Amino acid sequence: MKHTLAVLVENRPGVLTHISGLISRRAFNIESIAAGYTEEPDTTRITIVVEADEIELEQVVNQLSKLVDVIKISNLTAGDSIHRELALIKVKASAENRSNVVDIVDIFRAKIVDVNRETMVIELTGEETKIDALCEVLKDYGIIEIVRTGKIALSRGPVPAKEL
Amino acid sequence: MTGAEVLLKALEDEGVELIFGYPGGVLLALYDALLDSKIRHIGVRHEQGAVHAADAYARAGNRVGVCLGTSGPGATNLVTGIANAYMDSVPIVVLTGQVSTGLLGSDSFQEADITGITMPITKHSYLVRDPRELPRIVKEAFYIAASGRPGPVLIDLPKDVLAARDVVAAPAVPKLKSYKVFGKGNAGQIEETAKAIAQSQRPVLYAGGGVINSGAQTALKELVEATSLPVVTTLMGIGSLPAGHPNLLGMVGMHGTVTANYAVDDCDLLIAVGVRFDDRVTSGLGHKFATKAKIVHIDVDPAEIGKVVRTHIPLVGDAKLVLEDLMSLVQKQDKPEWWNQLRQWQKDYPLRYDTDRLTPQMVIEKIGKIAGEDAILCTDVGQHQMWAAQFYPVARPRHFITSGGLGTMGFGLPASVGAQIAQPDKTVFLVTGDGSLQMTIQELATIIQHKLPIKIALMNNGVLGMVRQWQKMFYDERFSQIQLHANPDFIKVAEAYGLKGIRVTDVSQVEGALTEARDYRGPVLVEFMISPDEDVLPMVPPGKEITEMLGR
Repeated sequence: MKHTLAVLVENRPGVLTHISGLISRRAFNIESIAAGYTEEPDTTRITIVVEADEIELEQVVNQLSKLVDVIKISNLTAGDSIHRELALIKVKASAENRSNVVDIVDIFRAKIVDVNRETMVIELTGEETKIDALCEVLKDYGIIEIVRTGKIALSRGPVPAKEL
Repeated sequence: MTGAEVLLKALEDEGVELIFGYPGGVLLALYDALLDSKIRHIGVRHEQGAVHAADAYARAGNRVGVCLGTSGPGATNLVTGIANAYMDSVPIVVLTGQVSTGLLGSDSFQEADITGITMPITKHSYLVRDPRELPRIVKEAFYIAASGRPGPVLIDLPKDVLAARDVVAAPAVPKLKSYKVFGKGNAGQIEETAKAIAQSQRPVLYAGGGVINSGAQTALKELVEATSLPVVTTLMGIGSLPAGHPNLLGMVGMHGTVTANYAVDDCDLLIAVGVRFDDRVTSGLGHKFATKAKIVHIDVDPAEIGKVVRTHIPLVGDAKLVLEDLMSLVQKQDKPEWWNQLRQWQKDYPLRYDTDRLTPQMVIEKIGKIAGEDAILCTDVGQHQMWAAQFYPVARPRHFITSGGLGTMGFGLPASVGAQIAQPDKTVFLVTGDGSLQMTIQELATIIQHKLPIKIALMNNGVLGMVRQWQKMFYDERFSQIQLHANPDFIKVAEAYGLKGIRVTDVSQVEGALTEARDYRGPVLVEFMISPDEDVLPMVPPGKEITEMLGR
């Protein structure tokens, strides 16, 4: 099963390597990893999606918790939470099929952020499956490249991850 | 003050009396400052010697060991020893030189990314960029190394940080908001454990290095005596209960006693204290280990609980505190039926060896008698190590020093250096083999230079005995690369370095040679010419359950 972990860490050099290194050394599979600053200037929040069963997951959390730079780990899969990913997709869009692409963009409530004679860049925010679906549909027009941020997640309700 | 002086002052504030080290280019400022420092420097002949010595110094002296190596090869030479300390949970602080901050990442001369290289084998590491932070970093490093589950902490020191002048150091206030140390165990779980002990018919206590690290030997002894708990130990747990104690069944696992292995297999309650269910105990078969038992796991490291076996009562906390709390809840018990069974196994399956010829087992047992209870035994890695674990009568914790988790050949000689320096008034014996000794043999010079009266018992069989034993048992005696044909004359080697050398070729000479070695005022190497055909038995073949021992 896939689990989404919110890992709050001290913002120090090497901390991301340390975490990803530990997870891979213990033979757990990282599906995605995304990191960024938070409301506290010296804290970085890393969202990790791992494929693991319950026992493996407990090991991942316990092993990560031992790292001196790790402040807190919350399993966001366990509670109700919002999951989002951002993708930028560069797709072929010539004069004759441009309107078709625009229709698809509207249906998905995506945005066009760059246009030229031959291509468009589409921005979409949403759950993983929605991005997968858009990519699937755009394939027919010719996708040139895709970049995805990896999942980020936040729990619903007033309680922050550090207090979960 | 210079950065180097700030560093040395910070080390002094942590109570550091000495450092094991080896100089080099980027450490010039530090070695210059050392000349005016109270801290003693023990020069070794190879950085690996420094880190193993610091490791054994920490174990024998129950304090944090410190070692120092220069950048690049100096730092990478420390890696084996860091991994060794990590696997055996030994508190050491490793100082490495580094190229100047301006050169970092440019593949400059003698540059190695040592914090990167050691990331998976250190508890924590620092790359110092600002000399003003040294007091805080040193304070944190010592605290992290020694607290909770101990382990190595590395501080990488760029040349310009050490050489910086007029450093106004920031106060040594740790900033460790997320580091947790567990103390007392959960009261409910302890109560449940006490109940489980009362209800159990066939309990076993399985003691590991955590007992020794937390100083829980007295608590352990009181608990097992009150409740008639039989005790099996891991290699790292040797010394947690004195040899010859009636409750002690011996070591468990691959080369454990038959009684210990049968007891663990048959028990209905297994109280694991400061152990990690290593595959040399469980044969890597966590799901087939102690299957009839309710398992209580007491450990200061929550990540160990449930890692290998399913635990019924997890108890995160310091072994000593948990055992003391447990003691206050238990009633006196006898368990006579269980003890009848255990005594029967002990009678039927004793550890044994031939007494009519020169056997390593007999030599090791004799060392125990002649050295006495107060002596420290260091070992290397291989057959002799297992014989020492089986036959050396370890009377106290921190008096049996061996490379457990990593199994580092070459650990023994530098470890004996560290142990002797930590306990200058005690007799230190090293049991080693001709393979292991040659991995760090240059440290014989360290022994002479620092006038350490270490007694080395070399079990010379002319082969890599443990590998040979496996080739004999599991590869149809197809011996491959285990003969050490070009071994030197070890007596001449010892004498060349300045040690006394004694060669023993016959059983009749053993006692005399060992007594002479013990009473000699300097270092001695006693070489025992033993047969390469001697096996370590009993033995659980790899992948088999612990009851399926060969040589029962």
